[in-house]
Amino acid sequence: MSIEKTLSRVTEKMIDSRPAPSDSIGAVAWLRSNLFAGPINTLFTLFALYLVYLLVVPSLQWALIDASWSGTSREDCTGEGACWVFISARLDQFIYGFYPSEETWRVDIVFAVFAALIAWLAIPKLPAKGWVAIVSLAVFPFIAYFLLHGGSFGLEIVGTHEWGGLMLTLVLAVVGIVAALPLGILLALGRRSEMPIVKSICVVFIEFWRGVPLITVLFMASVMLPLFVPGEVNLDKLVRALIGITLFQSAYMAEVVRGGLQAIPKGQTEAGMALGLGYWRNMGLIVLPQALKLMIPGIVNTFIALFKDTSLVLIIGLFDLLAIVQAGLADPKWLGYSIEGYAFVALVFWVFCFSMSRYSQYLERLLHTGHKKR
Amino acid sequence: MTQPASRPPATVKPPFWRDPAKRALIFQLLMLAGVFGVLAIIVSNTLTNLESRGITTGFAFLDNTAGFGILQSLIDYSEQSTYGDTFIVGLLNTLLISALGVIAATVIGFVMGVARLSPNWLISRLAAVYIEVFRNIPLLLQIFFWYFAVLRTLPSPRGSLSLGEAFFLNVRGLFVPAPITSSGFSVVIAVFVLAVVASGIFSYWNRQRQARTGQRLPAGWISLGLIIVAPLLAYFAMGMPLSWELPELKGFNFRGGITVVPEFLALWVALSVYTAAFIAEIVRSGIEAVPHGQTEASRALSLSGGMTLRLVVVPQALRVIIPPLTSQYLNLIKNSSLATAIGYPDLVSVFAGTTLNQTGQAIEVIAMTMLVYLTISLLVSMFMNWFNARMALVER
Repeated sequence: MSIEKTLSRVTEKMIDSRPAPSDSIGAVAWLRSNLFAGPINTLFTLFALYLVYLLVVPSLQWALIDASWSGTSREDCTGEGACWVFISARLDQFIYGFYPSEETWRVDIVFAVFAALIAWLAIPKLPAKGWVAIVSLAVFPFIAYFLLHGGSFGLEIVGTHEWGGLMLTLVLAVVGIVAALPLGILLALGRRSEMPIVKSICVVFIEFWRGVPLITVLFMASVMLPLFVPGEVNLDKLVRALIGITLFQSAYMAEVVRGGLQAIPKGQTEAGMALGLGYWRNMGLIVLPQALKLMIPGIVNTFIALFKDTSLVLIIGLFDLLAIVQAGLADPKWLGYSIEGYAFVALVFWVFCFSMSRYSQYLERLLHTGHKKR
Repeated sequence: MTQPASRPPATVKPPFWRDPAKRALIFQLLMLAGVFGVLAIIVSNTLTNLESRGITTGFAFLDNTAGFGILQSLIDYSEQSTYGDTFIVGLLNTLLISALGVIAATVIGFVMGVARLSPNWLISRLAAVYIEVFRNIPLLLQIFFWYFAVLRTLPSPRGSLSLGEAFFLNVRGLFVPAPITSSGFSVVIAVFVLAVVASGIFSYWNRQRQARTGQRLPAGWISLGLIIVAPLLAYFAMGMPLSWELPELKGFNFRGGITVVPEFLALWVALSVYTAAFIAEIVRSGIEAVPHGQTEASRALSLSGGMTLRLVVVPQALRVIIPPLTSQYLNLIKNSSLATAIGYPDLVSVFAGTTLNQTGQAIEVIAMTMLVYLTISLLVSMFMNWFNARMALVER
């Protein structure tokens, strides 16, 4: 038999592969493997669907479909669904507190500059991060203070008792974290020091603040701090709260910094010493720049915790976002809208915290390239 | 060519400020002096301020009559009790809410953490939504929500929500049946304790026997039977010495049974739900940290699914889970101090709040409060460290 004859029975064209069975691709297969993979799984799915139906449908009905959105007083609410009029009528107060309404442009400027600086620092592609960081840490706080508090450049003084709402929440959280960072770095360096006295002082300090609740720290700041300073010094209520928050937060920050420092191999320090660098130059030029980068996710997480914890200042009588909404709920004109008020505050906090936690996760992934095995 | 001049012999001592050992000593002495200096200034300022305000220091105030009532107390307490008693009442209430909170948060957290890993897409998404929502909202807001928006808007006692005429929920709180024990119940308790001890001994013997012979009795079932059946038999033998006192609507409120005040309920729910969201994430990452090869290897050794979980996955996951879990427990205990915002009588609320306001003894009261929390934190972390050391990988 010749080879040509054999080959004539072999087709020269490739046969196209047959499509996969319709139940192993596409939406059907996805449903089958993820939602209905067996009787128990199906039962779970149906139960979860029922739960979603029970929770989501009435909430949407209440919050969006039946809700009243515009108006100025409670008479504008139909009473069927949510009364968002309560929020919109008082929105200025919730954001600026008791800040005089003709001066709120100052708060707006601070907000805008702050947002721009943070955005610049947060987007990895933008250049000159170092300079922007220096500006936002060394220059911006003074500008913000002069704008918010006033008293110079012809600006009217707005005392801290008039600060409140979201603005106060942000001030407390940002000042707390920025002031706690240098203190935390020093404490962490002290805790890793080989000098026994320095080390034990730092350990006691850190563990003390980490062992007590923030409320007792705030109580201490508001009733004990005035006793600690000479009688003629009169500390502002906000300043006292800030001192308490900073001390408390510096201990947590120190642990974050310690984690970052531990991640730097010992060889880096040894190489620095071999080059003749002393302790401070070694830390400042070699170890800390590397460690700080690793610490950013940890710092963001600490910031999220602090941001949520600032709501505790309502207990010592400062009007942060939660406190001012809580006070608004007690207004006889708006009794009975507590769910709307809490939902609004929850949404604001949630948006801030969730986006920050997503950002920190993104950074962790970014920083882990090359270090961690996949 | 001459030899390069050799270095001078090392006998020349460097000046003392270049000697690291001496420098460290001097630096530490300076720091110590600084710390004590600051403390001295604070103490002297405080003494001057206290004198000018006419406040006497000391703990004598603890014996004075408090003169205020407390919503919930685990010990006998009346308005004639002393400030020392308010301290103990507050402390016990803090411990109660912390213990119950830790239990509830652990249960919810583990369920949610496992649900987050469920192969069922919908279940895992729901768990993720739960975690992300409750983790990112301040705890204080959640407490306010449960207290003011949920429990305070419940119907009055006449229209209370009820479950089987035994449990009632209304604006005054939750009313549950109270157990009434009569004589003979102590025998049941004794039998129960004996059964627990006996099952412990039995499982020890069972392990020894397995090591000796390779045979193994179903220890779990036998112990369970022992612990449940023996006390039940004793219970019927003693003529059922336990009855329940049901809460009853009399006039405007319920009488009898146990009353759980709404402040406690709100705090408990909020603390558990909030902390559970964090615990769920810890559990998820702990289980994910066990490599899949471990499961495959144990299946290859023909361990069943349950045994794989119990003997291979969970012990390794616990190793990762325990340290962060400890700090969540500590957070929960510290966060229980938020009780003061809704008036649940915990330590901070009755002692650092009311007592401080009435006596003005700021230093003593705050110091005692902080000391209590420090002690609790220390004890819990010591226990968890011990537990962690027991669980840790035994390396050669």
